Amino acid sequence: MTQVATPSVALLAKDVSWSVDKRAILSSLGLDVRQGEFAGIIGPNGSGKSTFLRTVYRVLKPDAGLITLDGDDVWKLSTRNAARRTAAVLQETPGDFEFSAEEMVFMGRTPHKGPLDRETAEDHRIVADSLARVGMADFADRSFSTLSGGEKQRVLVARALAQQARFMILDEPTNHLDIRYQLEILELVKGLRVTTLAALHDLNLASAYCDRIYAIDAGKVVTSGTPQEVLTPELLRRVFGVGASVQPDPMTDRPHLTFFPLAHSQFG
Amino acid sequence: MTLAASLLALAGVLLVSITTSVTIGPVKIEPLNVWRIVGHHALPFGLSAGVDITDIPKAQQNIIWLIRMPRVLLAAVIGAALAVVGVAMQAMVRNPIAEPYILGVSSGAAVGAVLVILWGWFKFWGGNALSFAAFLGGLISFALVFVLSQKGGRITPLRLILVGIAVSQIGGAITSFVTFRARNQEGIQNALFWLAGSVAGAKWEHLRLPALALLVGLGILLLQARAMNALVAGEETAVTLGINTTRFRAMLMVVSALLVGTMVAVAGSIGFVGLIMPHIIRIVFGSDHRRVLPLAALCGAIFLIWVDVGARMVAAPQELPVGVITSAIGGPFFLWMLRFNSRQIEGAGR
Repeated sequence: MTQVATPSVALLAKDVSWSVDKRAILSSLGLDVRQGEFAGIIGPNGSGKSTFLRTVYRVLKPDAGLITLDGDDVWKLSTRNAARRTAAVLQETPGDFEFSAEEMVFMGRTPHKGPLDRETAEDHRIVADSLARVGMADFADRSFSTLSGGEKQRVLVARALAQQARFMILDEPTNHLDIRYQLEILELVKGLRVTTLAALHDLNLASAYCDRIYAIDAGKVVTSGTPQEVLTPELLRRVFGVGASVQPDPMTDRPHLTFFPLAHSQFG
Repeated sequence: MTLAASLLALAGVLLVSITTSVTIGPVKIEPLNVWRIVGHHALPFGLSAGVDITDIPKAQQNIIWLIRMPRVLLAAVIGAALAVVGVAMQAMVRNPIAEPYILGVSSGAAVGAVLVILWGWFKFWGGNALSFAAFLGGLISFALVFVLSQKGGRITPLRLILVGIAVSQIGGAITSFVTFRARNQEGIQNALFWLAGSVAGAKWEHLRLPALALLVGLGILLLQARAMNALVAGEETAVTLGINTTRFRAMLMVVSALLVGTMVAVAGSIGFVGLIMPHIIRIVFGSDHRRVLPLAALCGAIFLIWVDVGARMVAAPQELPVGVITSAIGGPFFLWMLRFNSRQIEGAGR
């Protein structure tokens, strides 16, 4: 078995469209995420990043198009079945309801449990293991609301891990985090080696961590490929409306972006 | 303390509360006699015949078994049901300020009930017309509140309260109209006392339906405790954890209306129990619904037993409706919640 197989496609989205009040937010968007890779979606505010992710984790049903995961139409699965396959790290928190970090992670077992099932030793092991993998084992009994932004995010990743899904979605996982935590979270998720699709707004972070990047604008994929292929001055100008110089980073050799003040980016 | 230990301790407190509250009143009664009489009437397998109570005066027997016991038990059942329904409604709208009285669900149930009591509507439903009508009124008002308090698919706490007030006022207006247009004076007197929320005059047969509704409702909710956790963890999070939120919410709405309707049909609108109990329990035990639900049931039962003792004693020999006292306690409690948790009203983002 020395033959190198082409990586198979985990998530495939074809011609996905969704509109609200006759305004198209997604128009015939298509992309794929390969088994085991960390794929990123970049695009300006309102480009449809989060909306697209919502159609994948089944909060918004597309008006048209097809989304398959390992060959199955995600919208034909039951909610529960879909949740066993796709875990999502979103920016939602329980607000006024207090839960411990451990209880938050236990929620990840929800799609695996029927109404009459009790928590088994196996569930406890999975939860403890998930907390340990994100480095939060010592915080199990802490109240979630008292954790720092970075710690909260780790707990949410642990919950996604406890869900034992083969596909993970991250919606702007680094939002509102200090730079150290931003790096930690992406490093952590990347190290899990789970097939991941992440919407990222920091382009340098996208460059540093994504295997492949989709740049989207007005609900369509503009271009896709490796960070080197996608993150070009030309694309940044066209999609984000900014001027930038792109240099290979001396440490990682990935594209490093330096943005020009708008006063200096008067082009064409 | 583990959950089991806490539940056991509270069950003990409940038992003591029931016994003690039965002994309290114009006629003094020995606690032991309470259980001898209960044993005489309720022990199974012919054991009851073995409990001899001939030394207890007949009048005392009647006071315990026919007057005080059903009343105390009804208070316990209604307190438990209202606390549980508070938990269910709070999960459903994902906000700890939800409560049947505040959101106008009790008021809707009361409309159904007065239509039956005073105008004789829904006769074709027979003996359970009152409960059915109250259930229907509660369901309609809860559905109204839920639909109208949404904006762009999200419920903001402020909107929730405002819509609740409006629905509550509309229900109150209809109830008043029905009451004032009713013909018999005595019926109106009774209706007014009942509307204020009371367990006075409870008989054993009043207990059956509320107890059944409590068991069924609490049972269903306990089976769905994980889903309730997922729902309060986040609107979209719940979906990604495998909850069909639309269907689940509809279920919570029906169970809540069932509980509120049944309780209102028997005892009128008793406010704030569903607000105070869950709030205190969450502070002490956290929000995991597998703990909150059974604890709320026990604490609600204990709470309403003692509030009803207060209702009997405060202005003795006159009786106060128990709802007057729960509101006197609950109103300030609600204001305190708003004062120190302004986040809950103004909204804390997603």
